[in-house]
Amino acid sequence: MNQMNAESYVTADGRTIGGVVMEMKNITLRFGGVTAIEDISFDIREGEIRAIIGPNGAGKSSMLNVISGFYVPQEGEVWFHGAPRPKMRPYKVAKQGIARTFQNIALFEGMSVLDNVMTGRLTHMKSGMLSQAMWWGKAQREEFENRAQVEKVIDFLEIQAIRKTPVGRLPYGLKKRVELARALAAEPKLLLLDEPMAGMNVEEKEDMSRFILDVNDEFGTTICLIEHDMGVVMDLSDRVVVMDYGKKIGDGTPNDVRNNQAVIDAYLGVSHD
Amino acid sequence: MAYELAAAGEYASIPALLARNARDIGDKPAYREKEFGIWQSWTWADTAEEIRALALGMLALGIERGDHVAIIGRNRPAHYWAMVAAQMCGAVPVPLYQDAVAEEMVYTLDHCHARFVVCGDQEQVDKVLEVQEQVAHIEHVIYFDKRGMRKYNHAHLNWYHDIQEEGRAAHTRLESELDARIAELDYDSTCVMLYTSGTTGKPKGVVLSNRNIVESAINSAEFDSLHRDDDILAYLPMAWVGDFIFSLGQAYWVGFCTNCPESPDTMMNDLREIGPTYYFAPPRVFETQLTNVMIRMEDAGRFKKRMFDYFMAHAKNVGPAILDGKPVSAIDKLKYKLGEFFIYGPLKNTLGFSRVRIGYTAGEAIGPEIFEFYRSLGINLKQLYGQTEATVFITVHPDGQVRADTVGVPAPGVELRIADNGEIFYRSPGTFVEYYNNPESTADTKDSEGWVATGDAGFIEENSGHLRIIDRAKDVGKMSDGRLFAPKYVENKLKFYPDILEAVVFGSGRDMCTAFINIDLTAIGNWAERNNIAYASYQELAGHPQVYGAIQAHVEEVNKSVAADEMLSGCQIHRFLILHKELDADDGEMTRTRKVRRIVVADKFSDLIGALYDGSTQQYTETEVTYEDGRKGKITATLEIRDAAVMAAQKVAAE
Repeated sequence: MNQMNAESYVTADGRTIGGVVMEMKNITLRFGGVTAIEDISFDIREGEIRAIIGPNGAGKSSMLNVISGFYVPQEGEVWFHGAPRPKMRPYKVAKQGIARTFQNIALFEGMSVLDNVMTGRLTHMKSGMLSQAMWWGKAQREEFENRAQVEKVIDFLEIQAIRKTPVGRLPYGLKKRVELARALAAEPKLLLLDEPMAGMNVEEKEDMSRFILDVNDEFGTTICLIEHDMGVVMDLSDRVVVMDYGKKIGDGTPNDVRNNQAVIDAYLGVSHD
Repeated sequence: MAYELAAAGEYASIPALLARNARDIGDKPAYREKEFGIWQSWTWADTAEEIRALALGMLALGIERGDHVAIIGRNRPAHYWAMVAAQMCGAVPVPLYQDAVAEEMVYTLDHCHARFVVCGDQEQVDKVLEVQEQVAHIEHVIYFDKRGMRKYNHAHLNWYHDIQEEGRAAHTRLESELDARIAELDYDSTCVMLYTSGTTGKPKGVVLSNRNIVESAINSAEFDSLHRDDDILAYLPMAWVGDFIFSLGQAYWVGFCTNCPESPDTMMNDLREIGPTYYFAPPRVFETQLTNVMIRMEDAGRFKKRMFDYFMAHAKNVGPAILDGKPVSAIDKLKYKLGEFFIYGPLKNTLGFSRVRIGYTAGEAIGPEIFEFYRSLGINLKQLYGQTEATVFITVHPDGQVRADTVGVPAPGVELRIADNGEIFYRSPGTFVEYYNNPESTADTKDSEGWVATGDAGFIEENSGHLRIIDRAKDVGKMSDGRLFAPKYVENKLKFYPDILEAVVFGSGRDMCTAFINIDLTAIGNWAERNNIAYASYQELAGHPQVYGAIQAHVEEVNKSVAADEMLSGCQIHRFLILHKELDADDGEMTRTRKVRRIVVADKFSDLIGALYDGSTQQYTETEVTYEDGRKGKITATLEIRDAAVMAAQKVAAE
């Protein structure tokens, strides 16, 4: 644990984990009388794969929504790059270099894979409506640049064969990959993945794990993910936050978490009374 | 025309042809590859520069004359360049099958004593690193795709572009050495070594000289009047001799352009976009395409379907005749033109065959219906018969004399001889030099006068001079009562049904023939969908009573047609079963070129064969399967065995 407090350190497999990029400070989130998140604090370091796990209804997705700026907590602060982040719209958060995928795939079903992934570039487009409508000058130049970036992502995730296929016609596992592609197209610094492997078969899970590791390794992207498959979480992540009933019950390396009695109880279902 | 450029023998190696092309047609495209969604292209001048830089880099790494350089990867320009670069250094390129698992690579890498290995990507590098302990002589691995490679220990790993950069930097120092080595290449130096897929036993390294490759390329290019503006799509395994002769031999001799697909999955799209003029595919590819067309037409609207049926029927009648330039009535010609506008043209465009001038199929027999389908559309599809040891070409169909049941006449420069037992022998400029480090096998296959045994049995038709193949010579056997047993002949008839993917017939030394059948999941699956038959797995579909019924009908039809041939009437299938798994190369049941390994199959499923002959109606079986990542699993099934009706031999009726 000592090395974790240092400014930066190198993992066993040779990746450099940097300083803290995002910090949750005493976050509490309520929906009316329901407390979804209660006084949770943890940090995310640059270049690491950080997992949030917990049983159903533990508040994991709410936590992710707080990070992405979609929910504003009643109490506590989100610190980003060493300063408290003011309340801002999700698209502003996206502009800061945070991208995400959704638990229940949120793609444009009628559009092609390519067009869907292109929407991930929206935060990078600056040309005005008129020049986009005329597809002239800056708009044209921008589209070329953005398309080149999108093609790199398509190549990276090996979805060339479905480039022109409408998303609605794709099987579930591929849709998940297209969602990841759209998030990657935004060139995020921090990537939030909400259950990237839910409902997948073993082979699809292996592919997705490989892509997540490759994204982290090739682009140095910091990744924060929610996942149910414990095997996957333990293999992929550097550090794990465990939540149960809106509270943090564990935080540390996969090994620490695995041996934590509170975590074992939560997963084996000890009665809460 | 390219041939005016040189007389045979003037350019005695691939590097010499490359230099000629870079000089004479330097600004014409030599390679195209789709990357990041765009077709990138390299002219002959670019190609020469890229290859030279790589060759210089290889010299800097210490490559010696006679070294073997293994190349493992999909069809990409860089991988072809690596082969030519190795040749420039006086080394011998050895392309290997990229989908082989690591343990299969041990044998070939060890046998050829590869010092250098060029890998396409991380997957291939991993395999090489995995076997490195068993194959100690590998010194350097060069990889092309950098992805995922950052964390590896790079003491003996080199990025392709780094090697090129090193070569460019060292050019003043190494140029004279490289030029000297290129100049040493002559007709007798080794051009390439290719491992035969090995239907029997261990693979053998076939050594082909520059003479073999260049002369075969010259002869075949002339035969089909290939020219510089032709385009081919390179998508078949680089380890296969056909790809070497098309994408390197002919491409460098003629100077046409080799196009590489974006990824194996996008092959069909890329085919459409490129629209090759010269195209090669094994029968299976044509079969799959036809099955897909037919399945989609089943789902089409009534009007479209009727139009399709009407014009296809017309094409079937007159299409092949029009293609062969035979007289056809004006009305029929007009109707065919209309059909071309409404159906054939768009269909060919969808298939990617709009521009195909010459199409070849080989490797296995092609179903006559499939063959006629493509020809009736106006696609000049022909068959050729060849093998690695012959540098592909033994016989080919000349334009205008194309028939589904023969493999054509001897290719230019090839002599043919049929031995008494029916085995085919040939002698040609393409005849291989030797099997590497295996003089016994060389002597067994090639006699002192240069005649090579093909291992196939066949005969030459008297009036047309066309060769007809019956079967593998060693597979043609006798049944217990002395009747002729030719399994391939029957299997091919079975496989011509779209429902049947693969069939294995047994009966040598027995009193009757029996068969294993593999269903075609695409065709049967679609049929099941249309008939509301629910199924959860391949195994369940394969065992479905209605599927059994359909297959039984096919088997009985085949029996009828086999019975019509007096010599082979003993080969009718009395009993059959549908296998619960697809025969697979990963499980060793097929070769990488998808030919059934009869002995392995017979051994693995000996319990099922026993059941076929002991009269039982079902049999329980356990089978080990290997997944793509090398893990093993087991599947169990209880298979039904059915009797099929057989015809009495027609000999009596004839008398």
